[in-house]
Amino acid sequence: MSAPLTAPVPCLIFSAMSEYVDQIETGESVGLVEKRFFTFGGDEPLELESGRRLGPVTLAYETCGTLNADKTNAILVCHALTGDSHVAGVYSGNEPKPGWWNIMVGPGKPIDTDKYFVICSNVIGGCMGSTGPTSANPATGQPYGASFPVVTIGDMVRAQRHLVDSFGIDTLLAVVGGSVGGMQVLEWSVRYPHRVHAAIPLATTTKHSAQAIAFNEVARQAIMADPKWNRGDYYETGRPEHGLAVARMVGHITYLSDESMRHKFDRRLQDRVELSFDFEADFQVESYLRYQGNKFVDRFDANSFLYLTKAADYFNLENHYGDGSLVAAFSRASCRYLVVSFTSDWLYPTYQSKNMVKAMKKNGLDVSFCEIEAPWGHDAFLLPNKRLSDLLSGFLHKICLHCRIGAHDEI
Amino acid sequence: MRYDLQVIASWIEPGSRVLDLGCRTGSLLAHLAERKSIIGTGIEIDEDAAGRAIAKGLSVIHGDIYEEIEDYPDNAFDYVILSQALMQVLDPETLIREMLRVGKLGIVSFPNFTHYKNRFQMFFTGRAPMSKELPYEWYNTPNIRVIPIIDFRRFCKHLGVPIVKELALSTHHHDEQGKVINFLPNLFATFGVFMLGQAR
Repeated sequence: MSAPLTAPVPCLIFSAMSEYVDQIETGESVGLVEKRFFTFGGDEPLELESGRRLGPVTLAYETCGTLNADKTNAILVCHALTGDSHVAGVYSGNEPKPGWWNIMVGPGKPIDTDKYFVICSNVIGGCMGSTGPTSANPATGQPYGASFPVVTIGDMVRAQRHLVDSFGIDTLLAVVGGSVGGMQVLEWSVRYPHRVHAAIPLATTTKHSAQAIAFNEVARQAIMADPKWNRGDYYETGRPEHGLAVARMVGHITYLSDESMRHKFDRRLQDRVELSFDFEADFQVESYLRYQGNKFVDRFDANSFLYLTKAADYFNLENHYGDGSLVAAFSRASCRYLVVSFTSDWLYPTYQSKNMVKAMKKNGLDVSFCEIEAPWGHDAFLLPNKRLSDLLSGFLHKICLHCRIGAHDEI
Repeated sequence: MRYDLQVIASWIEPGSRVLDLGCRTGSLLAHLAERKSIIGTGIEIDEDAAGRAIAKGLSVIHGDIYEEIEDYPDNAFDYVILSQALMQVLDPETLIREMLRVGKLGIVSFPNFTHYKNRFQMFFTGRAPMSKELPYEWYNTPNIRVIPIIDFRRFCKHLGVPIVKELALSTHHHDEQGKVINFLPNLFATFGVFMLGQAR
């Protein structure tokens, strides 16, 4: 990362091809939104899956749309690994970049804020306002750092449940999310089956493959090998920026595909006409990854990255709820599912979605599944895609009819 | 809706559980859900068709009917429908047995290959017949099987599968109207529709 930072060739798709989408024409927006904070567990700490206790717990969250009188139109959106609560809209009139799923959430959009009340919160262990390793440990007054307890997808979902409770919402109309957000969706549907009418897990899995764990481990090692990491205690001495940037580069590769990289970069050179014969960023793909890595460092915390990747690696729905059987795990569920995978997603390949669909079918659950042809790899769920939009809006509309939410409802 | 689908729909009891194999964009399932309050599921291999069906609010699995049907428990459905897809099925025996495992009743419709026009065409031109129902050349047809109504009956007998009901129809497959053929159906019907029961 010592090379001078060169921005990639200006191209919409370049910046769009990221877990954190920006600069996409997103249509009508929900307008101004505000990040709020909800704190619980001051008196009674949250008992974590690890056995450790965490409290008080704060969740940063945002809402769009209006909760109806009988509180039946709420949709919880779960963000992916390094996302945040800023799902749609803007914080101020001059903010150039709207929320990460502005293409999907807004007035007249598939997750229609004219009809639905959308909640999105930052996961615990994150660094975007919710309690995580950057938060002050109430016992010491210092940031938790590596003393923060390891949290799981189940812990994240239990914290979200406290937030949902605080609105007086009994049953969520739907829980929606992609990637690690999709794991939270699956966890919700199995942990709290009576509090979810519908679940939409996108581009996700019921457990990480060895390959997915391997990539996460390389990313974690990049952080921990950076001397500045200092066993997680770096908030006064300077952050392990190199390690975090490399971790992001590794992760970023897994979000793309051979085809999308060939199409966008191929072997084109960056700002030069011939090879440099040194270790500058010769190729556009190198420059792009360096740019993404460095951009990520500005907004993300290295310890948080360790905790969140660990939570994703630990997620194992069949072991946790079915003693190794996914069919047994889904026997707890009762909601309707829409499962979506993408052809070029090699991080969570279609066979993993098909496995969960199979287990749902064996339990007689109402499930729809579509594998969308898309060349962009795992990131596809965040990119504009008419098929995905149509699936979500049609499916949610059906759920509304089923739950008798709509025309007669005074929102 | 296609006339053979109208006939199939008329056979379905209200409120029943229905699996439609090769449901395309789900017009039969949508019709049955609206008119007969059925609980329906479709399986469709084409992404575009499956996507449109899900976008209509139907429960549809995008996938291959052989693979997808395996996952359902025995007697999960009251009816399993295979409309105008049998001609494209590689292993009809396995599929029909699977249909009657997951469903109490199976309904199959297919174009009758030995309709008199096909026979005349073959006899007088000496070429493989092309019809409105089977509008392909030998080299581009997705229809790998040719099925006369009487051969299908023999096939059911061979499987030990009882034929609960059958109707022979004369219609164009895009036509929404048609009529029932009682006289020499193997000669005069363009379509056969069969309801099959579980083998005893």
